[in-house]
Amino acid sequence: MPQAQQPAVLMLADGHVFHGKAFGKIGTTTGEICFNTGMTGYQEVFTDPSYYGQVLIMNNVHTGNYGVNKKDIESATVKIRGLIGRNLEDKYSRYQATDSLDAYLKQNGIVSIEDVDTRALVAHIRTKGAMNCIISSEILDLGQLKAELDKCPDMDGLELASVVSTKEEYELGDPASTLKIAVLDFGVKQNILTCLVERGAHVKVHPAKTPLSRLKEFNADGYFISNGPGDPAAMPYAVETLKEILNENKPVFGICLGHQLLALANDIPTFKMHHGHRGLNHPVKNIISGRCEITTQNHGFGVQPDAVRNHPNVEVTHVNLNDSSIEGIRLKDKPAFSVQYHPESTPGPFDSRYLFDEFVAMMKN
Amino acid sequence: MPKDTSIKSVLIVGSGPIVIGQACEFDYSGSQAARSLREEGIKVILINSNPATIMTDPMMADKVYLLPLTVESIEKILQENQIDAVLPTMGGQTALNLCKEADELGIWKSYNVRMIGVDVAAIDTAEDREKFRQLMIKIGIQVAPSRVANSFLEGKEFAQEIGFPLVIRPSFTLGGTGGGFVHRKEELDEALQRGLKASPIHEVLVEKAVLGWKEFELELLRDKNDNVVIICTVENLDPMGIHTGDSITVAPAMTLSDSAFQDMRNKAMLMMRSLGNFAGGCNVQFALNPETEELIAVEINPRVSRSSALASKATGYPIAKIAAKLAIGYSLDELKNQITQTTSAYFEPALDYVIVKVPRWNFDKFKGANDTLGLQMKSVGEVMAIGRSFTEAIQKACQSLENEAVGLGYYGKSLMKTEDLIEYIKTPKWDRIFRIKDALMHGVTIKTIVQATRIDRWFIYQIQEICRIEKELEQYKLDTLPEPLLKEAKKNGFSDEQIARILHGNCTDEQVYEKRKALGITRVYKMVDTCSAEFEAKTPYFYSSFEG
Repeated sequence: MPQAQQPAVLMLADGHVFHGKAFGKIGTTTGEICFNTGMTGYQEVFTDPSYYGQVLIMNNVHTGNYGVNKKDIESATVKIRGLIGRNLEDKYSRYQATDSLDAYLKQNGIVSIEDVDTRALVAHIRTKGAMNCIISSEILDLGQLKAELDKCPDMDGLELASVVSTKEEYELGDPASTLKIAVLDFGVKQNILTCLVERGAHVKVHPAKTPLSRLKEFNADGYFISNGPGDPAAMPYAVETLKEILNENKPVFGICLGHQLLALANDIPTFKMHHGHRGLNHPVKNIISGRCEITTQNHGFGVQPDAVRNHPNVEVTHVNLNDSSIEGIRLKDKPAFSVQYHPESTPGPFDSRYLFDEFVAMMKN
Repeated sequence: MPKDTSIKSVLIVGSGPIVIGQACEFDYSGSQAARSLREEGIKVILINSNPATIMTDPMMADKVYLLPLTVESIEKILQENQIDAVLPTMGGQTALNLCKEADELGIWKSYNVRMIGVDVAAIDTAEDREKFRQLMIKIGIQVAPSRVANSFLEGKEFAQEIGFPLVIRPSFTLGGTGGGFVHRKEELDEALQRGLKASPIHEVLVEKAVLGWKEFELELLRDKNDNVVIICTVENLDPMGIHTGDSITVAPAMTLSDSAFQDMRNKAMLMMRSLGNFAGGCNVQFALNPETEELIAVEINPRVSRSSALASKATGYPIAKIAAKLAIGYSLDELKNQITQTTSAYFEPALDYVIVKVPRWNFDKFKGANDTLGLQMKSVGEVMAIGRSFTEAIQKACQSLENEAVGLGYYGKSLMKTEDLIEYIKTPKWDRIFRIKDALMHGVTIKTIVQATRIDRWFIYQIQEICRIEKELEQYKLDTLPEPLLKEAKKNGFSDEQIARILHGNCTDEQVYEKRKALGITRVYKMVDTCSAEFEAKTPYFYSSFEG
């Protein structure tokens, strides 16, 4: 809580207004509101490209306690559109920290609001569902705010992956490695790439709209389809490329958006969820092994459960223990599988890291 | 069938008399376990020597034995009843030691009783300092350098080898009885003798002291399929060197990064899994080097512990109740979250509030007792407060201590001089938190306080925030007090009485209350729901706060 804070306002698309104090950049921002229940790892969350376009509520009541540093990032910049918290802290304590959350949000131009009754707000979103919102510390007139909010596009039908994808190809890992993975980047989290490189892979990351002909030039042993923001149904280009990749009969692994794209490539529709899953405590059961995993999740779209279950060529591998939603699938006739959650975590538990081992084992066979 | 249907009757062993280090927490866990098992149609037989407990109420169990906690009593119960299994993990170290003794005498075996929810080898390893150390080394987890001594001379020798400051920890004792720090050579003889005497097997661990490291506790649950979840992470505000029972503790952890927390989570799971193959609760304590974030395993308790009761209250997750179900063969994914009743019991609670536990000491009733806090627990009770910020929670806790504190302050008392305060807070005593606040009010810098106390500076910043608001309040009389400041004070946990005492001029708490009521600054009630409002909860457990 910095001294002498300016007032700030949060307005939801349904007209609900919350008053609070300005934090981070002074200004105005819009986006789709969502909440994250995680209690650690805020910097990793804020820099996760899958949050692009979202205004984020942190349910945990203190955020910023251990500052920020250069290491705990999932991409080079902050990707959330705005931040809402109960107590956002500018005073921090950590030997490894290089700056405060307030300074970091200012540097990244992120308009934020604190001192909001986040619990009441979350309960409202839980009941009414995801919707657009506006935060402002410069416009306090509600009529003007409403007019600005109306300009914000709906997340449903929005293609955002190509915006956060790398513009240039780049390579990671040991160039001499015999294990080569082509990554299709829709906003890949840094730790996914680290998890692949740690397993000895030579990884080449490609922009979202790279055609198969170009991907094939890397002569990869397998393809990784990344996470990312926005509506998968608005990405026919990616679905087409993925269909072609599947015809190569090489191992394919998809995470989050990559999971939704694998479903779409098999004519399984996706849908916009009521308010999504975002946090570090989502229970998933691997129904092949019988083992359970606590998972990191961040998604506002899902794959249609009935379409998956009735599909002759798709098998459910993982289910959510809270709402029975589909968390993992694999193809019966091809070495392709995907999960809705984030086995790379950061932030979150390491319970699901075995999926990277399975992907590597698939490629080595 | 998920449940083990061969178990039709279970013996629960209570924790006996209330002593420092082992109080009503185990009454709570025993009662929860009894209820949980009876829900499953299992007959519950209970033994406890302490009649002043809830668990010994006739309605709690099918049969209650108020008998001394001895092997003879156990045999008598087994003769009189058909018992399939014994659940030894709900009655603290007392119950575990008794069950272990009975096991060594072959009593369980001769009556065909299975021990559920624990295994004896796990208790042995957890309680025997040397075995614990060896296991940690084997699985690659760092521990403080230490040696086990069975005699005075051995102890002296090892102390020379390890160097000062060091810790003397007697084996198989309760609440750290007989343990202590040795800062100087002159203190060694007495500490060694005390430790050896306290241990029932005349054994102590001489350990290098990691003073000033941060201390954390994790509460774990595991099922028969080896699924493990972390129910709660508790941060000790006081650094290593003070018994957790005597530490001010906070949940969730306030100063832990995700990388440090995941390291802790991974290590806690590895420790529980390598300790044995039991289904139930477990508590793991770590010390964390604040500069490097390296971890040292301090101890592991393969049972429902004193901290489990706090973790249950802090998160809403009924640890003992679920642990009892796990002991009879359920897996976590088969059970429902008892609070939401719709989501899974296999999950990790998320908190959207702060819990602060402050111990309550009664040194005024123990004349001549040494009131410096250390390895041996001295508090006789505790309060737990819930708030929507750390400042609110710690003030509420201090208001609930039933001493003269009104929030984080003793008002109207003479204060020590600044230099004396700085010197005073170097030693952990029951009133250190109040004196830290006094020092901040005197203008002592954060840096000086952190150096003197080794408390993480984040907490000191928060206490400084309380001081800032108090100083602002001092500027006003009730009728000139601005609304935003009054609201800010309420959000930061100031009670009406506290505000009345701080304000310039005479006013009463009723007057403060009337003023804020007129301004619409009133309490809101928030639910403890295990899930940060993500799901609708059915069990009503509320706390009050100020919002808006």
